[in-house]
Amino acid sequence: MFAIAMAVSLVFLSVSILVGLYRIIIGPSMPDRVIALDAIGINLIAMVAVLSVTFRTSAYLEIILLMGIIAFIGTVAFSKYIERGIIIESRRGD
Amino acid sequence: MTFLHWAIISPFLLAILIPFFYRYIPKIHTGWFVFILPLALFGYFMQQMLQTTSQGGVVEASAPWVPSLQIFYTVYLDGLSILFALLITGIGALVVLYSIYYLDKKKEALNNFYVYLLMFMGAMLGVIISDNMIVLYVFWELTSLSSALLISYWFQRDKSIYGAQKSMLITVFGGFAMLGGFAILYSITGTFSIQETIASADLVMASNLFIPAMILVLLGAFTKSAQFPFHIWLPDAMEAPTPVSAYLHSATMVKAGLYLVARFTPVFAGVPEWFWIVSGVGLFTLFWGSLSAVRQKDLKGILAFSTISQLGLIMSLLGVGSASLYFNDGVENALYHAAIMTAIFHLINHATFKGSLFMAIGIIDHETGTRDINRLGGLMTIMPVTFTITLIGAASMAGIPPFNGFISKEMFFTGMLEAMEISAWNMQTFGILFPVIAWVASIFTFLYCLILFFKTFTGKFKPENFDKHVHEAPIGMLISPIILVVLVIVFGLFPNLLAYSLIEPAMQSILPGVMTGGERFYVDIYLWHGFELELFMTMGVIALGTLLFIYMKKWSSLAIYKKESDILNPLYDGSLSALVTGSQKITRAQITGRLRDYLAYMSIFIVLLLAYTMFRYDAFSMPTENISPIPGYMWVLVLLFILTTVVVPFINDRMAVIIIVGALGFLVAIFFVAFRAPDLALTQFLIETVVVVLFLLAFKHLPNLKKERTKPRIQVTNAIISVGVGVMVTLIGLSSYAFRQENGLESISQYFIDNSYELAAGENMVNVILVDFRGLDTILEVLVLAIAALGVITLIKLRMTGREDV
Repeated sequence: MFAIAMAVSLVFLSVSILVGLYRIIIGPSMPDRVIALDAIGINLIAMVAVLSVTFRTSAYLEIILLMGIIAFIGTVAFSKYIERGIIIESRRGD
Repeated sequence: MTFLHWAIISPFLLAILIPFFYRYIPKIHTGWFVFILPLALFGYFMQQMLQTTSQGGVVEASAPWVPSLQIFYTVYLDGLSILFALLITGIGALVVLYSIYYLDKKKEALNNFYVYLLMFMGAMLGVIISDNMIVLYVFWELTSLSSALLISYWFQRDKSIYGAQKSMLITVFGGFAMLGGFAILYSITGTFSIQETIASADLVMASNLFIPAMILVLLGAFTKSAQFPFHIWLPDAMEAPTPVSAYLHSATMVKAGLYLVARFTPVFAGVPEWFWIVSGVGLFTLFWGSLSAVRQKDLKGILAFSTISQLGLIMSLLGVGSASLYFNDGVENALYHAAIMTAIFHLINHATFKGSLFMAIGIIDHETGTRDINRLGGLMTIMPVTFTITLIGAASMAGIPPFNGFISKEMFFTGMLEAMEISAWNMQTFGILFPVIAWVASIFTFLYCLILFFKTFTGKFKPENFDKHVHEAPIGMLISPIILVVLVIVFGLFPNLLAYSLIEPAMQSILPGVMTGGERFYVDIYLWHGFELELFMTMGVIALGTLLFIYMKKWSSLAIYKKESDILNPLYDGSLSALVTGSQKITRAQITGRLRDYLAYMSIFIVLLLAYTMFRYDAFSMPTENISPIPGYMWVLVLLFILTTVVVPFINDRMAVIIIVGALGFLVAIFFVAFRAPDLALTQFLIETVVVVLFLLAFKHLPNLKKERTKPRIQVTNAIISVGVGVMVTLIGLSSYAFRQENGLESISQYFIDNSYELAAGENMVNVILVDFRGLDTILEVLVLAIAALGVITLIKLRMTGREDV
């Protein structure tokens, strides 16, 4: 019963990633895609959590933590790029 | 290292000193210093001949060069070698003497000339005295090299360079073929020594590589000796100074091929292939050369084709003589080894009269400034000595008694008539061709000798034809041709002088084992044969030749006479330029400068190679056992992955591509999670994000993705290639998995599982492997990162400005 619940949730998560991918591919605007990528990242976090419960291991908990940070950084980078056209601003301005 | 070894090396040693003589003793003509050496060597070889080889003895000595490869600097002096050694040193001395008067001390670069000439002399001595095939080959190529240097002596002239290049290409081609032949012989017999190869000739004969080895060695001989169709370099080599033409291109180098054929006769002869190739090519060359010589308008051109023709004559005699190794019967034997005797005799005769003719023509060129037979004429009373020399030389070449050419021509006819009688190898059907071709060629020979002589010396002397004041040559220039002409007469009147001193020992070397137990060949050469068929043939030659010359006006207007150049020359030039343009085309076709083409080549060849290998070893297999069950969510993940990948090529927005690639990276990471690799997943997430950020960093500088408009054909090709690569990699993955299953190969990971805590005190096995068991790889990967970082810094910081060159 528990295993089935885990499998079903994995499938749901996969479907939601699929939907996110649809948004990435189709767009139409760039923010749509960035948001979709961010959503995929969050879905992946959930997926890792479900998998680690399925495997009965705590080895993946660091990954969850890391992905939270990484997905944030990615989204920020994209956002900044969309807003200013550049990620790292040089003080010297060159 | 015996004295004989040093005798071969001595010209090279002297060549080192020549520039110093030239530089520091400019008052004396450098040639005088050179002159001493061939004279001394001639004396030495004379003494060797009288003491050893004429008694049937040989001198043999060996010094190691590369003993581990069986390459020994072995010298072997027998009857055949001494004959050539005497020619090389004797004519060498005469040519040096002649060149002293021919080449001006102030105007010419004598240091170059004599260095090349000495190099050639040493190389030629090495060719004929070496017993080791590799050493022979080394000296052989040295003769090609020094010959090309001598031909291009006046390197400011385009024709000299052209002639040198042509002779180099052709003779080096033959040299390489010969090296191949030697390699095959080595693989058959296991030795590079010629004498040992002769001793195991049966082994060679029985081998199925016999024919290739024979043809390759003969290619070397034919290219060097200017046999048809490789004769085309010799007329162009006439751009060399006349002493060089006299020495290299009449008396010595072009006879190296004859030497090779004679030397390898005991190894290869006695089979129909050898007989037909050697005598057939020889006869055709004889005919072709004499016919072409008639058409020449340049005196040296006549002599060049005459040399070709005479070399063909000697070659055909060597071919006919090889029949004597086929018959065991002593009587039949004797018929054919007379041909070998004639070959040797004519070889000596040719060296004498051709050398003198070249020198005489050099004198004419030197004193009148032209060699064109249409401008020359009436020199008889102005240059009486040169006139006499040319008369005797040409008469000997034409085969008029009492000169030595007459004797060898008579004997040549005898040999060709006897060739008809050979009772094997289809000679009953084709044998009649031999004397007929020989006879026709002799008529042409007679004709060009007449042209050469009468066009130069008779008629009216017209001073306005010449740029300089015409007069007889200085006495120094005349000494050498006079000596040679005296030899022509002496050998003509007393041919038996040579019989047992030179000719008989040479025959012993060419036909070993024919005479056994101290027997010697019966060599008796008469000037007068009696009223035989040969004599009437000679009469016919003289009569018809004279007739043709008298009616020259009639046929000299024919087109075939007007065109001087050989028919094969356009073929050579055409194929050479076709080679150049063809390779340029191929290069341009494949080196397009576009990376996508190169990538396509690589992918295609990898796919083809792998597919062939798998097909060849029948490695296609689909393993079915021991496959883990696939959990349901994996299907969905795989589907997602495939979908994302397939979409990438169809996106036109670069930003979108970056985002999709990022998503792909995340999916790879989730695969790592699913396959229980936490460290990999961790790293993958990090790297993926960093890469995406880096892409964004560079994004500003990247152009927009454009839809490339390519032909559908190319698109289809690209699709096929990419599908092929994918399918191939998949197949290999499956195949290798099946291989592992079938052969029960065990993974070594059990060791790490057992020992990672025991030996390395770590529970994270991946990390233990990275830093303990396989730490070296990690160090180098750190290094890679460091180099990449430094590379990025250099690329950004160090910008070449326009002026600096990389």
